[in-house]
Amino acid sequence: MITLAHYLTLGAILLCISVAGVFLNRKNVLILLMCIELMLLAVNMNFVAFSRFMDNLDGQVFVFFILTVAAAEAAIGLAILVVLFRNRSTINVEELDELKG
Amino acid sequence: MNASMLIAAPELLVLIMGCVVLCVDPFLREERRGIIHMLGMLTLLLAAIITLRHEPAGAGQAAVTAFNGAFISDPMSDVLKLFAYATLGLVFVYAKHYLRTFNQFRADYYTLSLFALLGVMLLISANSLVMVYLGLELTSLASYALVALNRQSARGSEAAMKYFVLGSMASGLLLYGMSMVYGATGSLALPVIAESLAANGTDDVLLIVGLVFMVIGIAFKLGVVPFHMWVPDVYDGAPLAATLFISTVPKLAAFAMAYRILAVGLGEMQADWQQMLAALALASLIIGNLTAIMQTNIRRMLAYSTVGHMGFVLLGMLPGTATGYGASLFYIVAYALMSAAGFGMLVLLSGRGVDCEQLDDLKGLNRRNGWYAAIMLMVMFSMAGVPVFVGFFAKLWVIKAVLDAGMVNLAVAAVIFSVIGAFYYLRVVKVMYFDEPATETRFEPPVDFSAAISLNGVLMLGLGVLSGSLLALCTNSFLL
Repeated sequence: MITLAHYLTLGAILLCISVAGVFLNRKNVLILLMCIELMLLAVNMNFVAFSRFMDNLDGQVFVFFILTVAAAEAAIGLAILVVLFRNRSTINVEELDELKG
Repeated sequence: MNASMLIAAPELLVLIMGCVVLCVDPFLREERRGIIHMLGMLTLLLAAIITLRHEPAGAGQAAVTAFNGAFISDPMSDVLKLFAYATLGLVFVYAKHYLRTFNQFRADYYTLSLFALLGVMLLISANSLVMVYLGLELTSLASYALVALNRQSARGSEAAMKYFVLGSMASGLLLYGMSMVYGATGSLALPVIAESLAANGTDDVLLIVGLVFMVIGIAFKLGVVPFHMWVPDVYDGAPLAATLFISTVPKLAAFAMAYRILAVGLGEMQADWQQMLAALALASLIIGNLTAIMQTNIRRMLAYSTVGHMGFVLLGMLPGTATGYGASLFYIVAYALMSAAGFGMLVLLSGRGVDCEQLDDLKGLNRRNGWYAAIMLMVMFSMAGVPVFVGFFAKLWVIKAVLDAGMVNLAVAAVIFSVIGAFYYLRVVKVMYFDEPATETRFEPPVDFSAAISLNGVLMLGLGVLSGSLLALCTNSFLL
């Protein structure tokens, strides 16, 4: 039997993977975007699990909003990535070091 | 449904006008682009009139909700929205001069700002976690795009990328917190969450985890230590027009978000969030003010000073009383006006293809133009907290609220670090008045720009003199 705790654990693991991905990845900005998507999906997992086990639909409605916003966010993120690549000819995280102080 | 539409009329107006600006732009010839600016200002004026007029059922009935309780219109939301329009009006005037100087005067700045304003308004009026999230994302997404406004700028796109990655991560963490609170209380509506906490207690581990993640999200959006890494990079890398916007209007929304989530939704957990906010506020005061001293780049200096100011805003929220929230509201409004004037002055000093960046660019400003130097002087004195200026009273009321709550240590720390902070503000004054100017170029800003910046500078003094009534307005908006 899969209980609420299992889903929450899975959500927490996904969240940890995505946060670790943002901080450990030093190579590619695209991977950062993937990590952010993963984080939102971890949250969705939580919402759906809570919603299912509490028999309350609000959480599932919220998930639709999150999915929509995540799509808009990905669009803006990729647009910024394209601008960045045109200007710098690189998407290596370590080379984004012009702003310091 | 109809009644809901009426309650949210200012938001609908801003939404429609944002789309109108977007659609009108392609049909305008280059020399007629000024219409875009007029449309933007008209939107703000109309929205202000509607917000003032629709005053739901007089002052007697404090708050009305709309859209099944997701949206609330109360005195606090009206006050904050009016200040958001006023600040954005100033920002539009300054930004117009900047965009014209740099040949970037297009509708995108205005459309993005109006949509961000819509997000700010939704966030201010949010009464459920869904609305908080949607308002926040609308503001953030428009802000990311604003930072990348200059498509040829390597620094701008780098700043946009950093802002985007960190901002999205903060939204994700905030959402994770929301999911935990939803799981613990079974509702997304802030008043229902508050009721559930009052009835069932606050011992649930889900609630504590949720609270921590939500505080992280709020701290990031306000830009307080240790979640302030994006602030200097974005303020420095973005085009000045975008910095002007990001440093003013969204800050009002970030305060509203903190109030809605922590005070309205999780008010029962005050003992828990009080400690977290106290630590964040103290760290911001220390790191913001000390790091600002070391900056030679004036935009980074203002960015770190923002971090310190946001520490003050959090301090005011600690007592959890109407006086405390009123003081915080006063502070954030004063900050938005000071910041608009400060970055407005940098717009004035920019030109010939380069943004004003270094402290040295202000050298001998008094010789070049006495009046603009005086305005910058008022802004710096106000930020430093010199008496009579509005910034002094903002600090005073916050410290008084903290003292009333018995947190003497924090009040002492706040005073000490504002004194330390005064050093770098006064250094700007010294550079303006006692150094030799590197260039003698005259300033020839358009009339509306000089009028707006003069008004903004005089407001530093005027609101200081009238601070009693502004404080009463701010405090009363929290007394339901």
